[in-house]
Amino acid sequence: MNEILPAHNIGDYVPMIDGPEKVSGRAKYTADLIAPGMLAGRIFRSPYSHAEILEVDVSEAAKLPGVKAIVTGADCDKTFGVLPIARSEYPLARDRVRYRGEPVAAVAAIDDATAKEALRRIKLKVRELPAYHTSAEAMAPGAIAIHDRKPQNLERDVLFELGDVEAAFAAADLVREGTYNCAEVCQNQMEMHAAVADYDVVRDRITVHASTQVPYYVHLMLSQILAMDMSRIRVVKPHVGGGFGCRTETLNVELIAALLARKVGGCVRIMVNREETFITHRGRPETDIKLKIGMRKDGVITGVECECIQRGGAHSGYGVVTILYAGSMLYAIYDLNNVKYLGKRVLTNTPPCGAFRGHGTVDIRFAFESLLDEMARALGLDPFAVRRANLLSAPTFTQNDLMVNSYGLPECLDWVERESGWQARKGKMPKGKGPVSKGHISKGLGMACSHYISGASKPVNWTGEPHATVKIKLDFDGSIVVLSGAADIGQGSTTILAQSVAEVLGLDLSRVRVVTGDSEVVPKDNGSYSSRVTFMVGNAAIDAAQNLKAVLIAAAARKLEAKPGEIECLGELYRAGAQDKGLTFNEVVAEALKDTGTITVTGNYSTIPESHGGKKYRGSAIGGTMGYSYSAQVVEVSVDEETGVVTVDKVWVAHDCGKALNRLTVEGQVQGSVWMGMGQAMSEEAAYHEGLMLTANMLDYRVPTIQDSPPIEVGIVESIDPHGPFGAKEAGEGSLAAFLPALTNAIADAIGLRFNDLPVTPDRVFAALEKRVRTKGNKQNGGA
Amino acid sequence: MARILQLTLNGRARTDAVPDNVLLLDYLREQVGLTGTKTGCDGGECGACTVLVDDSPRLSCLTLAAMVDGCRVDTIESLVTDGHLSAVQRGFHEKLGSQCGYCTPGFIMASAGLLRRNPRPTDDEIRDALGSNICRCTGYVKIIEAVQHAAALHAAGVSP
Repeated sequence: MNEILPAHNIGDYVPMIDGPEKVSGRAKYTADLIAPGMLAGRIFRSPYSHAEILEVDVSEAAKLPGVKAIVTGADCDKTFGVLPIARSEYPLARDRVRYRGEPVAAVAAIDDATAKEALRRIKLKVRELPAYHTSAEAMAPGAIAIHDRKPQNLERDVLFELGDVEAAFAAADLVREGTYNCAEVCQNQMEMHAAVADYDVVRDRITVHASTQVPYYVHLMLSQILAMDMSRIRVVKPHVGGGFGCRTETLNVELIAALLARKVGGCVRIMVNREETFITHRGRPETDIKLKIGMRKDGVITGVECECIQRGGAHSGYGVVTILYAGSMLYAIYDLNNVKYLGKRVLTNTPPCGAFRGHGTVDIRFAFESLLDEMARALGLDPFAVRRANLLSAPTFTQNDLMVNSYGLPECLDWVERESGWQARKGKMPKGKGPVSKGHISKGLGMACSHYISGASKPVNWTGEPHATVKIKLDFDGSIVVLSGAADIGQGSTTILAQSVAEVLGLDLSRVRVVTGDSEVVPKDNGSYSSRVTFMVGNAAIDAAQNLKAVLIAAAARKLEAKPGEIECLGELYRAGAQDKGLTFNEVVAEALKDTGTITVTGNYSTIPESHGGKKYRGSAIGGTMGYSYSAQVVEVSVDEETGVVTVDKVWVAHDCGKALNRLTVEGQVQGSVWMGMGQAMSEEAAYHEGLMLTANMLDYRVPTIQDSPPIEVGIVESIDPHGPFGAKEAGEGSLAAFLPALTNAIADAIGLRFNDLPVTPDRVFAALEKRVRTKGNKQNGGA
Repeated sequence: MARILQLTLNGRARTDAVPDNVLLLDYLREQVGLTGTKTGCDGGECGACTVLVDDSPRLSCLTLAAMVDGCRVDTIESLVTDGHLSAVQRGFHEKLGSQCGYCTPGFIMASAGLLRRNPRPTDDEIRDALGSNICRCTGYVKIIEAVQHAAALHAAGVSP
């Protein structure tokens, strides 16, 4: 007789459970939800960076046959925004427009051509105001306020000093300072924004389908904007084509679609095009960093001073949180004891920036790891040795009270050092003979580290509820239906929930179905942001599955006339001891249903107070999490000294995700993160002329293609976090940041030139190479 | 002006009246209801709308519906046969060549076109064939593995 064993899946390579829909074209995204009679919505946007609105004249548009409704700022005087403390944005501008692309009016018409024509007939009369397209302009004395409540155009300034930085610099053998500039970058997720809103006039209810990462926020903001009771609103999240942070916030498009649908008393679909997606992007702000580090000659960091200025764009958005992350996350990767941070989040007349994968941490990490590399070189130390000289020892709390329980960074360092052949190859990479010679390719190796949170310990909308709640329904058919509000946006969270439940119950994955994304059916969830879902919702799913298992064991015990403690659960078989023939899963379910009918169980997860950050400075809860992921990377490059073209030959990345619940999706997430870091480092930039985005398409905004993209070898480090689901931590963000400095460190190794401004485009490299040639020439000719 | 369009769409003959200026992409999605083909950009930037026209990959967002009169057009919906995923679909599913899935139909159709003319491509040939498709999730590493896996499945008799 074959022994019956519980099924296991944790740690396997598990293809996504919603994969078949995605590869067959059956997966429905918001724009695919075509219904008979639905109207086409279009948004009229500001062509001005900053202007007082004198009149929005829609009379000619309204006369066009086929136009069913027009909304303007006059239709809604309520504001929205992701942070309860900074809801400063109208769905449609009132009184003032603050960036080129800001929605001013919207039309619902019988078809798209009519809607487009209606937009052409809308006349916007304004009085232009001085516009500030850079942080420096907006902060200059005499600049007018973009928002009246922020007279200096400072959304938030942060200042903290922990320890004694001056003394730390005095105790250092080397103090070095660097300045860095990272261009604004866009998520540019493949699915453009879309919303379908359907208003039921008879019942005064609205259903909104939205391409969102957080249906719950959409629900909250719809209620606020429509001044409608939340119980009358239903939010559905269909398949979502990526987000990378821009869909964490509720977007204008969702709110405008709802306003139109209510006004017209029907169903409206808005599909925002690629240009519009770019010019309202909510990406990573342009960031200027001044960083100073003190180091002893053994590589130990004595002190850090960091100034960070973010060009936040025209509205608050996530700004306060982003500027706080940039400071707090200086910590929790290395053992720092003297840190001074000054952060400024500036309001400017550019599109509002938001949360972008690696939220707040990426540009700071670029600066930090670049300067470490430079200082290692100056002190004659190996870059790995410098990192090893500053490791944390977990469990610990950082100086700013962040809780670190598991810390796989040492193993990450070991893995990439070994796999890349660092010790044998570093310093011996083939060098070209400079431009205008035959061998003009120089190779180099660079390394760097990064980290990220596994979900913010305190959600943005703090209500006192558990951080995550999952329900499981079990009925006569014996199928396990997991109900969760967690939004799968392609990262695979639905698969992880199925795996977690199946693992606890010892059942094959095929018994488990996951229902997500419909507020009418699933429990509320705080959403897919800050890499929280696997940790928070995964733990809640485990809790729910354990509760279900207890119900099943109790039923089995009753039927088998045994004590619950004697029941052995083998997944498809429950028995009282090895000699017992036992009950099949379906028999146990039938017995359990006798008590209650359909079984529903709840699982919850709450973070512990120790993870909520400290109180040493205002906003110090930001950065608090239950577990940090860690990453180390080695990047190998070839630099063509004739053209300035940099080719990434290979990346080795090790990521500490606590426990890889699904090795396939962990690898995919880590590779995707590294690659997205590569785009930011090498080619991506949101460039503007007078507030007009010059790169609002995928040809000018240069996303790396398959031709540009290197092999990325992933090493998984499993530090087994004591609080993580099965020991897991996040895998989807932490590896992004390290790529940027690992690249510039590799370029420095290849050609001896350091690039502190991103992206490192061929023209920048070429200009630096030319400058070096000219300087050398001048020196040879006796020049300066 | 509208005209009569006759084509073989996913193996079935079809006749529709279409306006002269309608894109093949919009005809497929909005008129026929085949929403598997995706709109990812404002024209020719991303490859998400790739379909096969007479077995060759074509951007349906740069093709007027009227231009495929008399042609065979295959979309992502055509690949499943008798309920089975094709080799390319299995490749993308099993090797995680698809994460959010939005670029996936375009990548799969471009890959299917490649395997129809070159059943055992090298990695570089895959890169060449997929060079005008953008994916924002995977970093492409697993897409190359997916196509190689598909080629192996195809060699073992699974339809491409």
